[in-house]
Amino acid sequence: MSRPEPAPALAPAPRAEPRPALALRDVAFAWPGAGRGRGGFGLRCPDFSLAQGESVLLLGASGSGKSTLLSLICGIVAADAGVVAVAGTDLRGLSAGARDRFRAERIGVIFQQFNLLPYASVSDNILLPLRFAPERRARAGEGAAEVRRLCAALGLPADAPETPAGRLSVGQQQRVAVARALIGRPGLIVADEPTSALDAAAQDAFLGLLFGQAEDAGSSLLMVSHDPRLGERFDRVVRIEDIAAAERNP
Amino acid sequence: MILRLAIGSLFARALTVGMTVLAIALSVALFLGVEKLRTGARASFADTISGTDLIVGARSGSVQLLLYSVFRIGNATNNVSWESFQDIASRPEVDWAVPISLGDSHREFRVMGTTPEFFRRYEYRGGRSLEFAEGRGLDDLYDAVIGADVAAALGYEVGDPIVVSHGLASFTDHDDQPFRIAGITARTGTPVDRTVIVSLEAIEAIHVDWRGGGKTGAATPVEAIRAMELTPTAITAALVGVKSRLRIFTLQRWINDYPEEPLLAILPGVALQELWAIVGVAETALVGVSAMVVLTALLGMTAMIFSTLNERRREMAIWRAMGARPATILGLLVLEAMLMAAAGAVLGAALLYAGLAAGRPLVDAAFGIWLPIEPPNARELWTLAAVIGAAALASLLPALRAYRLSLADGMMVRT
Repeated sequence: MSRPEPAPALAPAPRAEPRPALALRDVAFAWPGAGRGRGGFGLRCPDFSLAQGESVLLLGASGSGKSTLLSLICGIVAADAGVVAVAGTDLRGLSAGARDRFRAERIGVIFQQFNLLPYASVSDNILLPLRFAPERRARAGEGAAEVRRLCAALGLPADAPETPAGRLSVGQQQRVAVARALIGRPGLIVADEPTSALDAAAQDAFLGLLFGQAEDAGSSLLMVSHDPRLGERFDRVVRIEDIAAAERNP
Repeated sequence: MILRLAIGSLFARALTVGMTVLAIALSVALFLGVEKLRTGARASFADTISGTDLIVGARSGSVQLLLYSVFRIGNATNNVSWESFQDIASRPEVDWAVPISLGDSHREFRVMGTTPEFFRRYEYRGGRSLEFAEGRGLDDLYDAVIGADVAAALGYEVGDPIVVSHGLASFTDHDDQPFRIAGITARTGTPVDRTVIVSLEAIEAIHVDWRGGGKTGAATPVEAIRAMELTPTAITAALVGVKSRLRIFTLQRWINDYPEEPLLAILPGVALQELWAIVGVAETALVGVSAMVVLTALLGMTAMIFSTLNERRREMAIWRAMGARPATILGLLVLEAMLMAAAGAVLGAALLYAGLAAGRPLVDAAFGIWLPIEPPNARELWTLAAVIGAAALASLLPALRAYRLSLADGMMVRT
């Protein structure tokens, strides 16, 4: 996917010195607490990166370490060794609180399903990450107008912003999740199987909207899926086994 | 926005949250109600007698004097001679002095001899005077005025005859000199309700034929008694009002140092406080119990939050993915608990006021306790704040668990 110009509202730093949106080098990580839950499950990732504006589909079956990799990228956990850099910032150098803030500022997250707080309005759901990210809030401009613009662009009904999120169909909820990931134009969108709850036709429409909006926002896109058929839209398709080794140490 | 989301989250679970809020509201209403009753009872107790500056009796303890002179509980160890009473009444500091004479009874109620001035001077509940529900005051020698409880318990009406018994719980009646009920006083919530009031002279009159605790010979005819000089030789106690409150202590000292006879003068307010200090243990227990009820309701809320944690893991993961720290999750749960407690506190206060408005006349009629309806005072506001604070503390347990869960789950919860 080629992209003519980064959006003018982007943070200025990346333009001066093109750094990868995401770079993992010599990463080693193991969940703490052997034997319980994910405890003892570990992951090594020697080298993986995502260029600015690039879209990558990461293919992997369950148990392949997808969730662990995403937790590392999103800064939920810190690597034991190596570098996990998002937009040039090594997350290992940040405290847990700073990583949470960094995630809010720089990463838009879309889950498989149940993305939204069902009791909150669509508008509140979309604006939620801005609550924890002042810079991203400033980039988003006037919140209500931005919510309306994104909803319109994603083909949601005009009265959607005021509707409780729980009243929308699954497909509509996933589009709201896209709007929430994209508000304030974060540099990286992380999507974890966002289409698995949709039927084939809806998947295609959803991906079209996601790509269009990510491109508009100038965001890189990292999508995880087990479904190789989705690959054709992406710049690159990577199998998780090729970049990361899962290890289970009892 | 967080506040709006917290409220939205609570409304989304309206049934369980509503039950929890209701439990808190009821417990808060109970606690505040007990407080109201307690202060009401205390005020009512302190209001048993007002407008009287000193109570004078034979020397004993101040609580004992108060008990028998005002509450008609127990007996005087000794009497006050009529001369001593005259001495006190003629002191320059004294504005008025009302003698009372106790010792006889009618059924389970005490009979009190006094002067008609008693009805003008006895005040209760901050300056309210006795009023007659029916009939009028003492006029004839054999007139009696009965309290509201006496009338209600014995079904007496104005004009009915009434016979005074000699002493307390005795089988000897002064049946040769029956009284006629002249009036019934309106309910006061004071011991007056349980008293039969006759004139001081009448007490003398029914004891004309009595010497040293026994009846002597044949009954003197009523006509002869009416012609007698019926000045008493002794009274039980006296209520005294002074001209200037500044002189109370001078007079009190003078009476306590009275050389002719050992006397005791007490300030009713002070003695009431002493008495309340004895009775007050029960109120502390009552407050303790109602506080436990509030704690139980908060415990219920904590259990409710615990039980919903698991089904809310997904929601917590969404918050985390959006950049919320685990501390934000903790704060969110504490905020929800405080909102529930605040709603409970406000609803509880509303319940209390509704209950007060409905129950006040009943409580007044049955117990003579007048519960004031007024805006919440500082103490009550502190109580409400304490309930919210305690809810925040109690919710820390599940909130800390959510904190740990959200640290472990991060944004990945397998659903």
